[in-house]
Amino acid sequence: MLEIAIEQVRESLDAIYRAESGRIRATLIRLLGDFDLAEDAVHDAFAAALERWPQDGMPANPRAWLISTGRFKAIDALRRRARFDAAKEKIADPMETGDDCATDESVADDSLRLIFTCCHPVLTQEARVALTLREVCGLTTEEIARAFLMAAPTLAQRIVRAKARIREARIPYQVPSPEELPERLATVLQVVYLVFNEGYSASSGPSLTRADLSGEAIRLGRLLLELLPEPEVMGLLALMLLQESRRAARATPTGELILLEHQDRSLWNRKQITEGVALVERALISRRFGSYTLQSAIAAVHAEAPAAASTDWPQIVALYTALAQAEPSPVVELNRAVAVAMCDGPEAGLALINAILARGDLAEYHLAHSARADLCRRLGRKSEARDSYERALALTQLEPARRFLEQRLRELG
Amino acid sequence: MKYICLGYIEPNKFETMPETERNAMVDECLTYDDELRKNGHFAGGEGLQPPQTAATLRWVDGKVSITDGPYAETKKQIGGVLILEARDLNHAIQIMSKHPGVKAGPFEIRPAADLSEMIRESEQRRAGA
Repeated sequence: MLEIAIEQVRESLDAIYRAESGRIRATLIRLLGDFDLAEDAVHDAFAAALERWPQDGMPANPRAWLISTGRFKAIDALRRRARFDAAKEKIADPMETGDDCATDESVADDSLRLIFTCCHPVLTQEARVALTLREVCGLTTEEIARAFLMAAPTLAQRIVRAKARIREARIPYQVPSPEELPERLATVLQVVYLVFNEGYSASSGPSLTRADLSGEAIRLGRLLLELLPEPEVMGLLALMLLQESRRAARATPTGELILLEHQDRSLWNRKQITEGVALVERALISRRFGSYTLQSAIAAVHAEAPAAASTDWPQIVALYTALAQAEPSPVVELNRAVAVAMCDGPEAGLALINAILARGDLAEYHLAHSARADLCRRLGRKSEARDSYERALALTQLEPARRFLEQRLRELG
Repeated sequence: MKYICLGYIEPNKFETMPETERNAMVDECLTYDDELRKNGHFAGGEGLQPPQTAATLRWVDGKVSITDGPYAETKKQIGGVLILEARDLNHAIQIMSKHPGVKAGPFEIRPAADLSEMIRESEQRRAGA
């Protein structure tokens, strides 16, 4: 009996859609030369599978089956359409492409083409994020809108405009040349990290859907690493895994923030830490790493300390020093100052923070004032500590952060 | 996912169109509908007779009152309804942007509400009653 229960086929198809629709879409965009045609072709191919597979059985290579079915459905549709709107769609003749269109290598290349096209610098950053989640990750417009707490029609328009922009700007569907690669890859990594942070540091909205975004970013990071094993891709994936490993420990059940030093380290996800640390090591060995690798190395040092007190602070200071050189920023300097305080005492850290604030760089950044307050408190300089906590409180609207600062003020007495 | 597409048209626009133009439009629309059917995107739909053929039911003073004509007097009237099967809102927009009917009047695309939870709760209430 060849027949498979339709429910079983539906389940496998759901799984295949999650894992493969991005790759299938990527190849169909290349074969058909058009995002919209490919969209329909993907939809048609999955609909055809739901119809055929219960009778014919699952094909040996579902992805290849879906790609070739999608391609023929698109050709069919083009022929029918040509009857009443002749030659409006200028596409490469899909009949001329060879049968090797679904080999593993060509499909991998297509996925990379799709990622680089969705993250093209000609698009706004918001558009890159939306397009990547929809085209590469296979999320629906409604799911993305929900995760970003936006109205679906607003997000839909953003996607329509982004696609129009790709057409108008005639962005070629290709992986950038080696000379362009570092800069273009930076744009892609930024999109992935934005998606991750949106899910990780969310201060509002249903937490479950937000956590899904972090999971989506990690999935994207894995895909990217598989396609393009560059050190910074390893660094970013490691950074995301190491941050994600602390998810269960970073807030109380009621949503109060728990600082790294006070987290219950037995709640940290060891599997993610092991994977993350191994990736950091691989990236560091390459000697071609950048700021994501350095950030992940810092996260790895924290992850490997059995207790906050046994953290290797000199190592963290050294990594922040390297990071400040690779990517100078006042926020990195602030973090370095906090590490220096842990290493050489609060006095040394406070001098550095005072210098940053004196430049006016982080005057409006609540974490700078909160870090300063904390060092003053440890030095017993109560009134200075109170002033800085109050300054921090005036600068943030985030509820958990506000409750944390109010608690600290009460403790000062 | 199902999307309900409400096609609006100005009153009498269709009727006063030159015959060749009207025929061309009808042919184009029906050809496109056929294509949607063939691809499994067409999950149902009907053209509507003009608003003056409508009867409107209302609950007034504890009983149903019937009046002639549409409930809302608006400049554009609903000329037809199409139920579309699409992956998401962007896919629906993409499909309907190519529908020749959009040249005659605007389409409003609304996702079908998922009532399964409401139905399930109601079934529980009724079973318990």
